Amino acid sequence: MEQILFYFVSGIALASAGYFVLAKNPVYSILSLIVTFFCIAALYILMNAQFLGIVQIIVYAGAIMVLFLYILMMLNLNKGDESRKNNINKFIGMFAAGILFIGILGAYKGLSGNYVAGNDVDYGVGLTKNLGKLLFNEYVLPFEIASVLILSGIVGAVLIGKKDL
Amino acid sequence: MDTNSFIQNIPLEYFIILSSVLFCLGVLGVLLRKNAIIILGCVELMLNSVNLLLAAFSAYKGNGDGQILVFFIMVVAAAEVAVGLAIISMMYRNTKSVDVSIFNKLRG
Amino acid sequence: MENLVYAIILLPLAGFLINGLFGKNLPKMLVGTLATLVVFASFCIAAYLFFNFDADGQPVIVKAFEWFRISGIQINFGFQIDQLSLMMIMIITGIGSLIHLYSIGYMSHDKGFYKFFTYLNLFIFSMLLLVMGSNYLILFIGWEGVGVCSYLLIGFWFQNWEYGKAARKAFIMNRIGDLGLLIGIFIIASQTNSLDYLSVANNASKFSVDSPVIIFITASLFIGAVGKSAQVPLYTWLPDAMAGPTPVSALIHAATMVTAGIYLVVRSNFLYTLAPTVQGGILFIGLLTAALAAFYALRQNDIKKVLAYSTVSQLGFMFVALGVGAYTTAMFHLMTHAFFKALLFLGSGSVIHAMSGEQDMRLMGGLKKKIPITHITFLIGTLAISGFPLLSGMISKDEILVSAFAKSPAYWGILFVIAALTATYMFRLYYLTFHGEFRGTEEQKHHLHESPLNMTLPLMVLAFLSIVGGFINLPHFIGHGHYAKLTQWLKPVLTEESFGQMEANIADVSFNTEMILLVATILMFFAVWFIVKNIYVTKKKLALPENQYTGWEKLSARKLYIDEIYNVLFVKTVEGLGRAGKMFDKDILDPAVDFVGEGAEDSGRAMKRFQNGNVENYVLIMSLAVGIILIVNFLLQ
Repeated sequence: MEQILFYFVSGIALASAGYFVLAKNPVYSILSLIVTFFCIAALYILMNAQFLGIVQIIVYAGAIMVLFLYILMMLNLNKGDESRKNNINKFIGMFAAGILFIGILGAYKGLSGNYVAGNDVDYGVGLTKNLGKLLFNEYVLPFEIASVLILSGIVGAVLIGKKDL
Repeated sequence: MDTNSFIQNIPLEYFIILSSVLFCLGVLGVLLRKNAIIILGCVELMLNSVNLLLAAFSAYKGNGDGQILVFFIMVVAAAEVAVGLAIISMMYRNTKSVDVSIFNKLRG
Repeated sequence: MENLVYAIILLPLAGFLINGLFGKNLPKMLVGTLATLVVFASFCIAAYLFFNFDADGQPVIVKAFEWFRISGIQINFGFQIDQLSLMMIMIITGIGSLIHLYSIGYMSHDKGFYKFFTYLNLFIFSMLLLVMGSNYLILFIGWEGVGVCSYLLIGFWFQNWEYGKAARKAFIMNRIGDLGLLIGIFIIASQTNSLDYLSVANNASKFSVDSPVIIFITASLFIGAVGKSAQVPLYTWLPDAMAGPTPVSALIHAATMVTAGIYLVVRSNFLYTLAPTVQGGILFIGLLTAALAAFYALRQNDIKKVLAYSTVSQLGFMFVALGVGAYTTAMFHLMTHAFFKALLFLGSGSVIHAMSGEQDMRLMGGLKKKIPITHITFLIGTLAISGFPLLSGMISKDEILVSAFAKSPAYWGILFVIAALTATYMFRLYYLTFHGEFRGTEEQKHHLHESPLNMTLPLMVLAFLSIVGGFINLPHFIGHGHYAKLTQWLKPVLTEESFGQMEANIADVSFNTEMILLVATILMFFAVWFIVKNIYVTKKKLALPENQYTGWEKLSARKLYIDEIYNVLFVKTVEGLGRAGKMFDKDILDPAVDFVGEGAEDSGRAMKRFQNGNVENYVLIMSLAVGIILIVNFLLQ
């Protein structure tokens, strides 16, 4: 039962990711990326990383992708008329990605192939309460600095976007 | 919720393969596409694949550190997207196009 | 005593510095007088030392300072005052001061007046350093110094390119000899661990007679002497050196510099006594030089060239004396030759001055009434060199002849013939210049005048010395050598063996033989004088232009074409090497270096194609590289 669920969700994720990479119309590819994000959020929920799943939907699918679409619309690019690369470059590109895939997989050759969690795993590790405890006790400094990071991101974005300095 | 049949039935290796494929799809997108916004979206895809892997390992080991890291990666990705899109709109404002192949002023 | 020694050598140096630095702004009289006075002062001090010298004592070593010490050899900077060096100092400074006085008159119209006296003083300083040094190294410093001054003075009128070439030729030929001298000094230093004359003399006994080491040393030193004293084969520079002003020829090439070679051999007598083979070589070279030079002098037309070849020939005589081991005889002839050769050169300078710069004898003649003082002194000089009885030249030359006879009558025969040739060419010179009709231009005839006093006074002094100079060393047969004052005085300079060799040689010749030889020489002199006078005065034979000679006369006038042979053999070879070097540099080295540079440029241009500014390509290559690295890593595990 869980396996079917997993295959279904990951299949949709892979398909939409593939469409995202290959689509001509940029709006269509952004929409398929949103579908991919939803699937990943589903996977998060399935492994009981509840907080992350919700945050993924709110931040990624809700804010970042909306921003993407907004820019896309503003630049009036939905006609999708970008020029294509020549065949050699496409072939070498695919070859490079393939090499990368094989290389990455090669790092996993010591794995047994069926590692499942044991019974002693803390199942509630992804709950918001537990994550919050962890976040504000051990990782409070990175948390604060992350806020500064977002501030600098805001300032940077505004500064870059200004018409005259 | 004492038992989680999910993580006791799906081997971790599946997540590893899924994450790797998503990652390489992202790399493929960066190499193939010429629209700057789509390339940025492929970078987001790569980040998400890594997030997935981190969260899976953290859930299977019962250690919360991986999910904290995912949280921070999301923070950084958000800031990065904001700044990146600002740059792309500047690109458009200067050259009326977001095709990366026209930006070759650094040629030797 | 020490201060006097320092004064002798530092006075000419002071003259050099003052004239060199300030001479341009000083009046001419002051420059000339200052230069002459410093040299004359050195002469007076030397004379004082001479009269106070303890003839039986040891040589006086005045050590100025310890110069350096290398691997056990200690070199001091010091001066050695003994009979030999005192004799040379007095000759140098005495004749030097006379020539300085003469130059005040001779060079009075020259623009480089102060420069001339600067160089002259520097030359005196270097020559004094040469003869006063207490070891071979200081001798070498002076040796090089006189070589440089010779170059400067020969090429004094450097505006003429030919004169500059003559100066260069002199210096280069000298240099070739210097190499031999240096090698000799090196071997001496390595074999005896010292360069002081006294130390080497003490250690000389450890060399066995005619061993390869001693032969090498003496031969190398002799090569240096050959270069400096213009013997075969390094003699062609001396006639060309007549390009310099006449006082230079008188001082350097008659009286002092060319005698440095003789001095070197006499100073090293303890070495040469141990190498009879090399002595034989010296004898041979001396004979060859004397003969060749006398042959050339027979048909030269330039008055100074005749005197130059005469110098070379007389130097050959001195080396013959050295070759038979008669060291004091060689020094005696050195002294008398300095007197009459300087006299002859200065006299010829006076003639040239009267002839407004003309040096060709064919355009002279009948000058004896116009320039009487010059004529009389020149005649005295000619008689001295040719061997007029009782003049200094005859006595010293006869002594050489007797010593040669003691070795073998054949040597005496050759020298006898050469002495006849000497008289021949000298009388030819005299008659062509002073007798007969005047053959020059009208303008020259107008300007004929006697030289001023500052030029004729040295002539008179030197004439007097040429007459009486021989009496200090009367021949052996008179009183069994009791009146040979010079020989006795110089004896302590020689080692026991050298002196013994000399005495034995002389003693071999019996009283009667010596008388007969002397009479033969005198008869030959008068016969030659009569014959030559007949040819040139009575029959009025004239000298021909050079290209009209035939037969042996042509060979003599063209100096056996030795100059041309040297030119082809050596000068053209070196020039060819130079040209080859230039071609190698321009056609091989330059393109090679350029090739490297262009290679760098081309490879850079090739690399440039990778940077096309295309971001996609960059990313592509980056990811490709990452993938390959991962795979390689994976495979290597």
